[in-house]
Amino acid sequence: MLHIVACIKQVPDTKIIKMNPKTNTMDRASAPAILNPYDAHAVEEAVRLKKRYGGTVSVLTMGPPPAVKAIKKCIEIGADEGYMISDRAFAGADTLATSYALTKAIEKISQIQPVDLIICGKMTIDGDTGQVGPGIARRLDMPPLTSVNKVKEINIEEGYAVVHRKLEDGYEVIQSTMPCLMSVEKEINDVPYSSMTNMLKAARYQPVIWAVADLEDVERTQLGLKGSPTIVSKVWAPTKPSGGEMLEGDAVQQTEKLLNLLLEKKELFAVKGGSGVEL
Amino acid sequence: MSFEDYSGIWVFIEVKDGEIVPVSLELLGAGKELADKRGTELAGVLIGENVTHLADTLYEYGADTVYVYDDTIFKNYRTESYMKALLECCQKHKPEVILYGATSTGKDLASAVATDLPTGLTADSTILDIEKDTGLLLASRPAFGGNIMATILCKKYRPQMATVRPKVMKALTPEPGRRGQLIEETASIKEEDIRTKVLEIVQFTTQKVRIDEADIVVAGGKGLGSEKGFQVVHDLAETLGAAVGASRDVVEAGWVEHHHQVGQTGLTVTPKIYFAIGISGAIQHIVGMQNSGLIIAINNDPEAPIFQSSHYGIVGDAFEIVPLLIQQFKQVFNGEVVDHV
Repeated sequence: MLHIVACIKQVPDTKIIKMNPKTNTMDRASAPAILNPYDAHAVEEAVRLKKRYGGTVSVLTMGPPPAVKAIKKCIEIGADEGYMISDRAFAGADTLATSYALTKAIEKISQIQPVDLIICGKMTIDGDTGQVGPGIARRLDMPPLTSVNKVKEINIEEGYAVVHRKLEDGYEVIQSTMPCLMSVEKEINDVPYSSMTNMLKAARYQPVIWAVADLEDVERTQLGLKGSPTIVSKVWAPTKPSGGEMLEGDAVQQTEKLLNLLLEKKELFAVKGGSGVEL
Repeated sequence: MSFEDYSGIWVFIEVKDGEIVPVSLELLGAGKELADKRGTELAGVLIGENVTHLADTLYEYGADTVYVYDDTIFKNYRTESYMKALLECCQKHKPEVILYGATSTGKDLASAVATDLPTGLTADSTILDIEKDTGLLLASRPAFGGNIMATILCKKYRPQMATVRPKVMKALTPEPGRRGQLIEETASIKEEDIRTKVLEIVQFTTQKVRIDEADIVVAGGKGLGSEKGFQVVHDLAETLGAAVGASRDVVEAGWVEHHHQVGQTGLTVTPKIYFAIGISGAIQHIVGMQNSGLIIAINNDPEAPIFQSSHYGIVGDAFEIVPLLIQQFKQVFNGEVVDHV
């Protein structure tokens, strides 16, 4: 029986987020808090593996109290248990400090039930780094398998997993001993609509919430802002381009203008008769 | 930790199918600027099997020193073996900065190395600078889905590390015959200690033109309405011998596969010509294509932000405009306009 821990995060929906043009800061209130989309795929994959091989799916998050909502979303997807670490001491953590805190929580979860597999989303849409997953793997001394877009096989008896790992121009098939950590790409699965049963379960569900004091062997200097080697020194809005020339006229005139402009730019668009485009 | 012990700018040299991956040469270009500013040397760390001869190319692209780990154990990239080699190299020679390409390999390796050292790691940087006197690396990157730019510092740890997106930095013009120092290293790794095996490597052959290497990219967005509507993008791309790009929405809708996605969570592209058809121009998309040579936007909404980021804009119905363009290009290619070179 597999015990899979999926690490998740509640994030602002960066597609919708608005910027304050005066201060160059984000108006977080303008964006709804959602389950990080990559993490939804991580939880879905964990649930699929549970269906294939039997077992339990636990989800783990670090965040402020409202992040309970993200755990409930995971219960809707089909996770069995939810754990949250929530404490002011975690605030301001970069990826290194985050992976440390999550590792301490996973160590505690594994005392309840040993962990065979950890699954994370490829990255979060607010941090965009993809570093927390591999960080947890290294701290727990597990092989990190990043960019996984297919779990081909899990062999519980012999203790190994075979996955497809996405590359720029294809993929590689990797066999790894278990326990291991996978961070998964979106294309690994589709997250279907939740069942009514899971939705009802999620509505009633209350996760286990731990503060720093509930975790063991924690070095407080490795947490939060203190434990973060990176700091953000400056934030600014990307320069807004001023826009170029609009081509006027009807469709035929517009396209002819464009074509002539391209042909004039010889260095950009050199056309040789009949041989197609050569640049 | 005494910072005085740490010096030199390093670039992790990624090798694929026996060749240096372009981003590594781009990073030598960026690293050279940092090294010159600090008055220190630029080094490449070359790991692989039968790779030592590649050092000559690295010198020509700016490396003063090349640390090489050439062994069958490094035949395929594996986190544990490469990480061990790089960690040992770091502990021995103490660099001030290490740069990695933000590729699947570079990101995987950098994340592991950063945790074990430990040190700070800035992901997907697009701008690099260094303080001349302190050696503090100023790595800037788009954050929050590209909504803001942030400069990240690592003040308390060395080495400072960053992954850098391909196609953002420029490689130097190679200087033929430029030489450097080769330092051959061996890592204390045994095959039995490595817990992963690469069983197979599968390369896509269906992808005609790689979007991040193409000279022309024709990209389409959700404005085209449907997978069927998106066909105009394929048609124009075929006429021009271009690669097909897409916005995130289009990929999420499943009209094309993820390797066509341009933008923050997709690929950065720098073609000579970029067509944005039916793409509204969310900032996440813009950060992936803004360094294209010439950007042409076609959209029926005159208020679409994409027009702010384009050199030429056409307000109109893509289903009318694009077929006309295809027809006109075909006429040009059939010899009616010849030899503009």
